[in-house]
Amino acid sequence: MSSIQPTYSQLLSLAIPQMILVGTALLAMSIDLLALRRATLSTRSAATAILGSLGCAAAAAYIAIIHPNGNLLGGVLLGNAFIQLLQIAILALTIAVLLLAAGSTFTRHVGEYVLLILMATVGMLFLVATQDLLVIFVSIELLSLSLYTLAAFNKQSRFSWEAALKYFLFGGMSAAFLLFGFSLLYGLSNSTSLSEIGAHIHGLSPLLAIAIVCVAVGLGFKVAAAPFHFWAPDIYQAAPAPSAAFIASGSKVASFIVFFQLASIGFAGAQGSATWGHFVRGWIPVIALVAALSMVLGNFVAIRQSSVRRLLAYSAVAHAGYMLLALTAHTPQSLAALVYYVVTYSAATIGAFAVLSIVEAQTGSDRIGDLPGLSRREPVLSFCLAIFLLSLAGIPPLAGFFGKFYLFVAALQSSPESMPLLWLVILAIATSAVSLYYYLRVLKASYITTPESSAALTSGRVSGEEIPRVLCVLLAAAVVLLGAWPSLLLRPLLNALPRVF
Amino acid sequence: MLAWTIYISFFGAAILLLLPKRAASLARCLALLAATSACGIALAAFLRHRTGELFTIVDKPWIASLGIRYHLAADGISLSLVLLTGIVAIAGVLFSWDIDDRTNQFFAFYLLLIGAVYGVFLSYDLFLLFVFYEIVIIPKYFLIANWGSTRREYGAMKLAIYSIVGSAMVLVGLIAAYVAAGSSSMALDKLAGFPFSAHFQMVAFPVVFVGFAILAGLWPFHTWAPTGHVAAPTAASMLLAGVVMKLGAYGCLRVAMTLFPVGLGPWSHPVLGIDSWREVFAALAVIGILYGALVALVQRDFKFVIGYSSVSHMGFILLGLMTLNLMGLSGAIIQMISHGLIGGLLFAVVGRMVYARTHTRELAALGPMNLSSALPFAAVTFVVAGMAGMGLPGFSGFVAELMIVIGAWRAFPVLALAVGFGILIGIVYVWRAMQKAFFAERGHELPPPHPLQPITIPEKIAAALLIASSVAVGLYPQMVLNIIQPALHSLLFAGLRPGGWQ
Repeated sequence: MSSIQPTYSQLLSLAIPQMILVGTALLAMSIDLLALRRATLSTRSAATAILGSLGCAAAAAYIAIIHPNGNLLGGVLLGNAFIQLLQIAILALTIAVLLLAAGSTFTRHVGEYVLLILMATVGMLFLVATQDLLVIFVSIELLSLSLYTLAAFNKQSRFSWEAALKYFLFGGMSAAFLLFGFSLLYGLSNSTSLSEIGAHIHGLSPLLAIAIVCVAVGLGFKVAAAPFHFWAPDIYQAAPAPSAAFIASGSKVASFIVFFQLASIGFAGAQGSATWGHFVRGWIPVIALVAALSMVLGNFVAIRQSSVRRLLAYSAVAHAGYMLLALTAHTPQSLAALVYYVVTYSAATIGAFAVLSIVEAQTGSDRIGDLPGLSRREPVLSFCLAIFLLSLAGIPPLAGFFGKFYLFVAALQSSPESMPLLWLVILAIATSAVSLYYYLRVLKASYITTPESSAALTSGRVSGEEIPRVLCVLLAAAVVLLGAWPSLLLRPLLNALPRVF
Repeated sequence: MLAWTIYISFFGAAILLLLPKRAASLARCLALLAATSACGIALAAFLRHRTGELFTIVDKPWIASLGIRYHLAADGISLSLVLLTGIVAIAGVLFSWDIDDRTNQFFAFYLLLIGAVYGVFLSYDLFLLFVFYEIVIIPKYFLIANWGSTRREYGAMKLAIYSIVGSAMVLVGLIAAYVAAGSSSMALDKLAGFPFSAHFQMVAFPVVFVGFAILAGLWPFHTWAPTGHVAAPTAASMLLAGVVMKLGAYGCLRVAMTLFPVGLGPWSHPVLGIDSWREVFAALAVIGILYGALVALVQRDFKFVIGYSSVSHMGFILLGLMTLNLMGLSGAIIQMISHGLIGGLLFAVVGRMVYARTHTRELAALGPMNLSSALPFAAVTFVVAGMAGMGLPGFSGFVAELMIVIGAWRAFPVLALAVGFGILIGIVYVWRAMQKAFFAERGHELPPPHPLQPITIPEKIAAALLIASSVAVGLYPQMVLNIIQPALHSLLFAGLRPGGWQ
């Protein structure tokens, strides 16, 4: 604890990035309502989205240059190298999502759309920078409420509403679980600070067991781990592409980080063990079971999907399972592996959604059966799609492969002699071998199957998709680059880590 | 310099992708140029490093925080396999001279595959080796699914799934070994030198060995091979049989056996009279030899005959590896080279010389076409390749199989008898296919439905190249033996020869 008396200047210096975003959000909305009233819809959406991404870039630049450090009120708001890195990553992913939204025409309320994306980002930035239950809960709610609205933004589509309502109802329920768990934790320790809670917990009491399960339900929902994933397929399929990409990327990063901190710091006294055949009660076996279930269910259900978006949703469940592996290991290496994995995973997912959104604008469908002809019509886009999907499948030399490799290594490294998590790593590798099958199905449709009509071969370019096209190429380049030179991200990550543990 | 075999192939693939679609003949020439120059480099290195000892090509830190290095190195074994890859690659380009559909993409995938194969043979860091090993899967899939024939999408997907399952098993073993050895290095010598516990090796060895052996066509995991070979376009099936299956065998020897030599030792409790993994895999290899040969004997489809003969020949390699004596191991490596050349040639005769002209591979339909006079060059080539495949003296197959049988005789006398039987069936199925396809009974002669094009110059060159290489190895096996035996005597294989080779 650095100081009991918070100074406003310290608060200000830690929260300036968030304030920049709020300011940008208000500015974007007012410009849209005042200056751009007569402009066409695609101009308005491009202008506001670019303004929003400039705001994000400014916030990221502030973090990168000033390096706001500090610890306010014993963990209510933190700043250190690791958090700065996470915040920059989140801002970069938000910029990608905003660029994906630039030029889209599914809504007339473009100012509000950008505002909500930026508000959700504010929630994420707070979420990764705090170790206090109250702030965690408030940030999650800020993030979630923005996401519910973002998911429902396409008013022409009934499915978009339906999915958003489902998401909202599930989300409300899981928030209740989370809050209940938090209240129990507070009751057990008389504190809202994670480190205090961790210091007060010794061994597993029945109340703590309930708290652990409640927290696992609440955050399991946020990261779309089975069996709390039921909202994901609908949201991925029906929400507007930028919203779906946002829910699948930045929100995942923030939720996984907070999940990791809660488990490894807050529940430190009640770990238990997930060694095969020797389960000991605690939080680790709970997470290990959720992880195993997610891997198996996500990968096997994805095989049967005919819509690419739903396929991505189930594969997201599977990927959540792999990432939970990092939680069960809860070492500094596994945190680094988790961050590497979730960031590269998010980049590939946003890229896949960007390609899909352009394809949908042309053909009006995201079904695998409607992809044939893509490779001849749009060679660059289909090549990018191949890179994103193969990265998700974990084929080297793409980022997804190193992510998986490092994650599995980190999971075993926690105790190299006995390797208690080996069974989970074997399950993860086995199920990810399954995943190649469904990713290849998509690529087969775009590269190999001959289209039924020759119309699928002629280019039907829709205006307002230039920025997303550039975004696809940039993200594909990033995925290749991070896969071929993992040190680009890994070295700063590992340098920043000692300050956390 | 040897690293340029990889770079030239990848670079060639990138250029081919950027070529305009119409420039088909330019694409062919570029692919040939890339394959030839890579082979030239390989040949130069093969001639220069006659001692066969390990030498480093490149060694740079890659992922420093995990101790992973970009480390390429070669010894006699990898040098001879790299040279084999170069020769088969040239022949493959020449035999695909007739590809007209998206030529540039075809050769781009082809060169990507070749580059990754070079990479596997030259990698010394096991992370790097695994990266190249997995890169192979994707171009393989697209080559077959896009340009293949019979049930191509099924065959391609089956091959991709088998490969990925195999490499998943390898990955489990590698990660576990890396972590158990202290997570500081992935270099082959560091991991091979680490004293893993006996229990660990007993468990890890079969996992990694089978992971690699799936790609080497180990019975009963061989079923991808016939379907994949049959579905593949000629060049791809040449590469599959010629070098990709060798990747699996190479991995078995280079990774599984050197890392976990204790895993080959006796179990504490014999099960059903078998007391080590070594005996299990030797028995599976012999079953593969016999099974592949017997199934090849009854095929109606010409290409399936060759596909199953591949399974049979790969069984020899795995058996040779399991003998754990110098004779058997050297024989296994020569068999890798030999089958790479001959298997490639057989697929070329069936796929390119016959099927591309007659549009049928049914032995019963080919017979009446009287191919021995319509396509005399194809008939002669098949006779020569068939003789080489049977293991007639003067060809590489003879040396290889003889050495393996002698090695097996010393290690497993009973199995060696069965292998002799397998060689006999091998003569019969080649004879039968030759008889039915080229020299069927006269009398009810049907002319082919359309005049068959004569064999083209590129095909003749490629066939001559492969035959000449096989004869060279067959007449002067010392050429290869002198370079691989120092490698087998090196420190890397110390765990396999406690107290020296038998």
